[in-house]
Order: sequence, then C-alpha cells, then structure tokens
Amino acid sequence: MSPSTASQLAAHPLFADLPPAAIGALSACASDVSFEPGELILTEGADAKTFYLLRQGKVALSAHAPGKGHLLVQTLGPGEALGLSWLFPPFLWQFDARAVERVEAFALDGPCLRAKLEGDPALGYELLKRFTPIVLERLQQTRLRLLDLYGNGTTSDGHPH
Amino acid sequence: MATLTEPSPAPAPTGPFTPATFRVAGREQEAPDVATLALEPTDGRSFAFHPGQFNMLTAFGVGEVPISISSRPGSRPLLHTIREVGPVTAALCRAPVGSLVGVRGPFGTDWGLDAFAHADVVVVAGGIGLAPLRGAVQVLLDRAGLPMGPRKVVVLVGARTPDQLIFRRDLDAWRAHAEVAVTVDMATSGWEGNVGVVTSLVGSAGFDAHRAMALVCGPEVMMRHTVQALIERGVLPTSIRLRVSLERNMQCGTGLCGHCQLGPFLLCRDGPVVTYPQASRLLAEAEL
Repeated sequence: MSPSTASQLAAHPLFADLPPAAIGALSACASDVSFEPGELILTEGADAKTFYLLRQGKVALSAHAPGKGHLLVQTLGPGEALGLSWLFPPFLWQFDARAVERVEAFALDGPCLRAKLEGDPALGYELLKRFTPIVLERLQQTRLRLLDLYGNGTTSDGHPH
Repeated sequence: MATLTEPSPAPAPTGPFTPATFRVAGREQEAPDVATLALEPTDGRSFAFHPGQFNMLTAFGVGEVPISISSRPGSRPLLHTIREVGPVTAALCRAPVGSLVGVRGPFGTDWGLDAFAHADVVVVAGGIGLAPLRGAVQVLLDRAGLPMGPRKVVVLVGARTPDQLIFRRDLDAWRAHAEVAVTVDMATSGWEGNVGVVTSLVGSAGFDAHRAMALVCGPEVMMRHTVQALIERGVLPTSIRLRVSLERNMQCGTGLCGHCQLGPFLLCRDGPVVTYPQASRLLAEAEL
C-alpha cells in the first residue's frame, strides 16, 4: 500500500488517531479494491478472510430464501465496515454482500490482521474497542427492527397520526 | 359504509365541538393500509392551519379520531393521511369520493417554522409520521433561498417495507431541492434503496449539527433513538422538536376532557409538537 493510501487509511473513522506505527502495521495488511454494481463481494458460508472499510458506494447484505429471492438484511455506505466475521470463529461469512453502486474500499486481510493483533495486545485491545461499538450498534439496530415499530398494532384510533 | 353520501346543508360550526361538514373530493391509497383524503368544505370557506396541527375527523355514525393535517397551509383541498387501525379510521380510509365527513379543528401546537431561518433543518420521519411533516417540508422548501428561509433541508424517512412508504411522489420531487434519504426495515432484492433503521441515516446525513434544527415524528421508541442519534451528532437538545402522542387518547381537542393528559401536559392543547427538553423526562417514563 502506498504512503498516500496509508494516510487515507489513517483518516478512516475506524482508525482515526491511531499512532503511525499502528497504521503502518495495519497498512501492511491492506489494499485498495473496487467493485462494480451487482458484483458479489462476500458469499454466505465462505471463509471470512477479508473485511472492508467502505470509502464510496453502497453494499447490500442479503440472505437467499427459497421462493423469496434475496432478502435484504442491511445496506452499508461510506465510512462503514463491511464484514465482522473475520474476527470471530468460525471465520465464515453469514450473509452475501453485493455492490449496489460502484464501491471503493480498503480491503484488510483478516488472518494478517489477526496475527498483528495477537502479536501486539495493546493494538489488539485498541482495535477491539473500536470494533465493539460497531457490533453493538448493529445489535441495537437489529433489536429496533425486531420491534416492528411501524407494524400493525402499534397504534389505535384515538392516537393521532 | 357509515359516511353520509347524500348532500346535506352545511350548518355553520357553532363552536370547537361542532364539526363542520367537508366533502371527500379525492382519495389516494398511499399504502395498503394508508389513504389520503382530500377534503373540501361544503360551505366553501377557507381553512387556516399551521403544519403540525391536527383535526378531529368524524366518520358519521362511527366515531371521531384525531388526524394530522398533511397538506401545505393555504393550499386546497385539505389533506389528511390516515392509517387504518380501528373502526373509525377504517371508515375514513374507505370514505368514497363525494361522501361527507366531519372536521373539527385545527388543534394543537405546530412545528413553529418561523424560527428556522438560516438553519439546516433535519426532518426525521418514521412510518405514518411523515404525514404531519409533509406540509412542514413543503413550507420549508418554499422558503429555501429566501432571506428568512432555511439554509438546507434534509429529509430522512423510515418505513417498514417499500410498499408501505408513503408520499413517494413528494419524496422524488423534494430531491430536487433537499437531501432525501429513505430506508426500510425489510426488503427483497428489487429494492435499491437503504435497508436499516432510520436512525442509521442520521450519522451520514449532510447537515451542520451546530446550526441544525430537527423535526422528528414517528413511533415513540423510534423518536427516542432518533433523538439520541441527533444529540450524538451534535444537535442541541433545545433544537429538537418532537411530535408526540404517546398513545394518549385525544377526544375533545381543546384541553377540557383530560383524556390526553401526560404529566403536566394536555397533549391536544400543549402538544402534539413539543421541544425535546419538554418531552425528555416524559419519554423516559414507562406507563406514565
């Protein structure tokens, strides 16, 4: 990865304010990638070897259900992280991910990154502190959707709308 | 169908408890369970209101319900967007063109749009919560570019599914002059928009939090989480206005009957639009 892309990586919200040595270690595992609209980025059940930091474009996570096609789970956009399964066993993608628009992203090699984090517990802890809020936010958003807030039974005739 | 279909003399209203008769001039199905009624007064008089206010609508022989006004002030016909959730709203949603309904109002507080000069106005709506915001957005866009108009308008909308997204034509039209983002909770591969909760749109929306004014309407849980996202983004709590109903039963519309009391508020009179500092303690209390 070139120095300019390393500085771009340092500017990503997930890695903001990390010391240069940490950025250097992360850069060694990173590369620039792009995907055209419709291109499959992750495949459900495949080895989760890479995760992506999106810079541009939109990605749709989906699961295929017989007779129902692809059920969309979530869309992700610039500044967001695509793929969390690279960090936790069994290291398998849980959903498909497809580019909805042209996507530009940093790809980070999961095994390379895990080795760096294992070898540098301080960096490992720092990155876990940065990944955990993403996991928490997605859990909370999923819980909100489980509430089916806009569904039937959430209001009645006396309730102004 | 319990609505009247025969023309009848339109008696002049004698007070806030006497409904005026309005004729259904048009009816548009916005979603499987949501319809917009276009109403014209049978006496031809104009009907003044401010965005955010509501009317008590009567389906004759069935009952009366509070419904937000979803049209722009000064425009005709008068629009109400109604979700079918019980017998009265079902009768209203199915009222045929030409039939009569009763209208009392307008009641309650409004969005107070005159205070939004030079602001980045962020409108966040969930589900049918877009209805009381439509007139506000239209007024804001009318004022955009004027000396006392907003600097920018951002509209963030959440719906359950794509087919339950209301006001699609308006959303498309607003895109010419406002930043509009839509997300749904559930979709299949034909949907090319966002999937996720509406709060997820707040972080990436293009507005300056320090000069932002926010208008929020939707289910209570959605509003609580939206407010949290807005405050995390840097919007001042005093710059957030909510349209609350909190499941209170509005009946008289004038603050007399007390059915809509919420702590110190009578929501039909002191609400439904309140500032976040006014609503925050009440929103946090279960079963108040």
